[in-house]
Amino acid sequence: MIAFILRRLVASVGVLIAVGLIAFVMFRYVGDPVNQMVGIETSAQERAELRHQLGLDQPVIVQAARFLLNAARFDFGVSYQFKQPVADLIGARMPATLELALVASILSLAAGVPMGVYAALRRDSALASLLQALSLIGISLPTFLIGILLIYLFAVVLRWLPSFGRGDVVRIGSWWTTGLLTVSGLKSLIMPSITLALFQMTLIMRLVRAEMLEVMRSDYIRFARARGLSERTVHFRHALKNTLVPVITVVGLQLGSIVAFSIITETVFAWPGMGQLFLQSIQNADIPIMAAYLLMIATLFVIINLVTDLIYVAVDPRLRVHINRA
Amino acid sequence: MTGPLLSVLDLRVEFATRKGPLTALDGVAFDIAPGEVLGVVGESGAGKSLTGLAVIGLIDPPGRIAGGEIRLNGERIDNLPPARMRSIRGGRIGVIFQDPLTSLNPLMRIGDQLAETIQAHKRLGRRQAREQALAWLGEVGIPSPEKRIDGYPHEFSGGMRQRVVIALALCAEPELVIADEPTTALDVSVQAQIITLLKNLTRRHGAAVMLITHDMGVIAETADRVAVMYAGAIAEIGEVHEIIRHPLHPYTQGLMAAIPTLEARASRLAQIPGSMPRLSAIPRGCAFAPRCPRVFDRCAERPPLIAVGGRGAACWLYERGSGAADIRH
Amino acid sequence: MSEIAAPPNEASGPRRTLIERLRDNDLLASFLKSKVTVAAGIVTVILFAAALLAPWIAPTDPFNPATNYLSDSLDPPSFVAGGDPRFLLGTDDQGRDMLSAILYGLRVSLGIGLCSVALGAAIGVSLGLIAGYAGGWTDSAIMRIADVQLTFPAILIALLLDGVAHALLKPASRGESAFAVLVLSIGLSFWVQYARTVRASTMVEKNRDYVLAARLIGLSHARILISHILPNVMGPVLVIATINLALAVITEATLSFLGVGLPPTQPSLGTLIRIGQNYLFSGEWWIVTFPSLTLAALVLAVNLLGDWLRDALNPRLK
Repeated sequence: MIAFILRRLVASVGVLIAVGLIAFVMFRYVGDPVNQMVGIETSAQERAELRHQLGLDQPVIVQAARFLLNAARFDFGVSYQFKQPVADLIGARMPATLELALVASILSLAAGVPMGVYAALRRDSALASLLQALSLIGISLPTFLIGILLIYLFAVVLRWLPSFGRGDVVRIGSWWTTGLLTVSGLKSLIMPSITLALFQMTLIMRLVRAEMLEVMRSDYIRFARARGLSERTVHFRHALKNTLVPVITVVGLQLGSIVAFSIITETVFAWPGMGQLFLQSIQNADIPIMAAYLLMIATLFVIINLVTDLIYVAVDPRLRVHINRA
Repeated sequence: MTGPLLSVLDLRVEFATRKGPLTALDGVAFDIAPGEVLGVVGESGAGKSLTGLAVIGLIDPPGRIAGGEIRLNGERIDNLPPARMRSIRGGRIGVIFQDPLTSLNPLMRIGDQLAETIQAHKRLGRRQAREQALAWLGEVGIPSPEKRIDGYPHEFSGGMRQRVVIALALCAEPELVIADEPTTALDVSVQAQIITLLKNLTRRHGAAVMLITHDMGVIAETADRVAVMYAGAIAEIGEVHEIIRHPLHPYTQGLMAAIPTLEARASRLAQIPGSMPRLSAIPRGCAFAPRCPRVFDRCAERPPLIAVGGRGAACWLYERGSGAADIRH
Repeated sequence: MSEIAAPPNEASGPRRTLIERLRDNDLLASFLKSKVTVAAGIVTVILFAAALLAPWIAPTDPFNPATNYLSDSLDPPSFVAGGDPRFLLGTDDQGRDMLSAILYGLRVSLGIGLCSVALGAAIGVSLGLIAGYAGGWTDSAIMRIADVQLTFPAILIALLLDGVAHALLKPASRGESAFAVLVLSIGLSFWVQYARTVRASTMVEKNRDYVLAARLIGLSHARILISHILPNVMGPVLVIATINLALAVITEATLSFLGVGLPPTQPSLGTLIRIGQNYLFSGEWWIVTFPSLTLAALVLAVNLLGDWLRDALNPRLK
């Protein structure tokens, strides 16, 4: 068991290093860092000095190592556009994105799982068919379209909710800001979080429904019925638990992608988060920010994957034997 | 002496398909007396498992019971509301399915699976249910039950798992146990143990058994009576030893002849030519007619189960006054 | 031994006509059974046709600056008060006819979608075949890369590739190369699913007798892969490709909406929606609505078809 965890950790670190190297290659070789940072008037000698200062004349391996070590200390260099440390820029915007992502994740789970269970158990009902149809729409429509639709409905036509920004935020501690403690903050959170959650929600719903239908066809469910267990016991004690186990893996991975999709949502709603920053960096070829964002996302994903794997092993007893034997 | 424990009358099961309803069971009828072991034997696809499923009302759509009656101790159980049927399943009729690995919930400890079954049928607290579960594990021959009661199904061997399944089927003390191919998925070495266990336990608890299998040897050892099924209907039914020694129906005769014996020396195994028709291609008239060595013009009509002595055979050869009956083979 | 009377069945009847065979065909039957699927099929055909014929059926050429007059800009649709009868769906901020812009936008969106699916499939199928057939180190290496890429959502990869490409290209040429860059980014972000499926099938097929026989008679590995194994593993690829098409179109639309896809000079549906969002509050609703509806219809229709195809080809649901 410990061996398994160690192996996964090592693999995760391996992936991180691989991504880190890709980020380094981007950072160093896409465009010229020095030329990006200085004006046209800077002399050749000053450029050479800067090059030496940044360590750009060292062997590649040394540069790569320095890059990775710096990254581990959250030092990602200086942004080309804003001339500020990338870490500061990202840090200022992280709470906005994380808060949005968290609310959206909880929403998608809290709505998606029950809807999926219902759609499986009452599969011939009108509501289930409606849910299936709506879920197809939810999964098909691009996130930004949904966001625009919501804006049009609730901000333009009904004027109930604000269409951009985060509202008033409250500072907690030295770094975190939250919009959950103000009315305008909460109002601003509603549409973006629904937009972000919708894709995940429908994905979870369809997955739970499909898994549950599959589970309901299995032999042990038939045997449970043959033993005279109540429908409630069969559905919730047997079927649901077995349904959720494979769902965990997928949900875990998908939750990570919420952070990726937040880029889109933040653009639609002018939400001041990391995604917007990343997008600007792409439009302006601001490599340091791009590299930093890549590394950060990679770390997040790797952590999520690791945790999901561990939860999976903890929940399914069959895997423990498999692992101990392997 | 009260009537039979289980009584199946003229059971018809249909499947709805795009091209119209398909008859899977056509007029199946038999009785099981209390404490009796009835074997149900036949090839794959003959309808044996379907009959068992019909009795406990677990036929999956698009299949459905289209006609006939099923009575348990005189009361009809084929048309009960779901809640009543649930109390009968497990409580009065227990079931054992073929594959013990897939019959058990892989994520649930077997002690819990036992306890919940017991609690579903008897008013017992958790601790008492667990004690009973422990006792049942001992009865089915699981060594060191206290250590294994909290194990998961994959931690048991195939034979052990089937013992657990038997415990699950019997723990609510049913009057009838339907065992659908209980040993087919097991190693040969373990099969005999399981069959013996089943036989002893049911005798001890006074339960009748409907033993569904394609293995004639098991039937010979275990069953009191046997029903031979062919293409969705019963071809012959009667006492086991009589049927083995003096089969009446040409199909049964073919089956018995096909079993190789140690004494007789033959260069080839005897076979019944042709194969059992698929559900969608069952011929009109007697289903066995295309392969029957004794077919004659009466066979164009479907024979009912004709009483011959204390047995039944669905063959026109035994129609009273036909004169064509020849019991010796 | 008595004659065994053969039961009447399909093979011994008279030869059936094509119509009868089509009617009995399970695939066609399941297609026609669901009205929704049929509707989706029709919509797909219409949109594909519109995209294909855009240069001929569009009332104006929206990209010719000579025919766009700023005085025509922001005209509402012709069926609304204040609309100009020349512009059925109104005009955008550049004075371009919305209907024409949508038709050309559809054309470009579908073009990118189809090309990127083709690219992704080509790469994925090839790598899958190689990985499954060669095994060993090659297999591990390819699968390792695939696993790493799979941990990230496709859109992120597409965004990243897009960004890197933009950084590498000179700003002036960004407009022209947008099409190629998008096809590359999206295609490269989607190859993994093809590779995995094809690899699994290949590993099964390579042990079959016909492959062993081909090896015995000395056919080269490439020949075996292409002529023998490839046709047998293509089945699921089709289903993946259909679902991928919708995803590719969405990804392109998203990238364009975010401003890193097709520029306003050669807009796709996503770009048009981006432009339109700015006018949502000022009342020019048509700039965002019609492209949105078109995009939604396209994606929904293709997804429905993909769903049907997947269910129809799934042997377990029969």
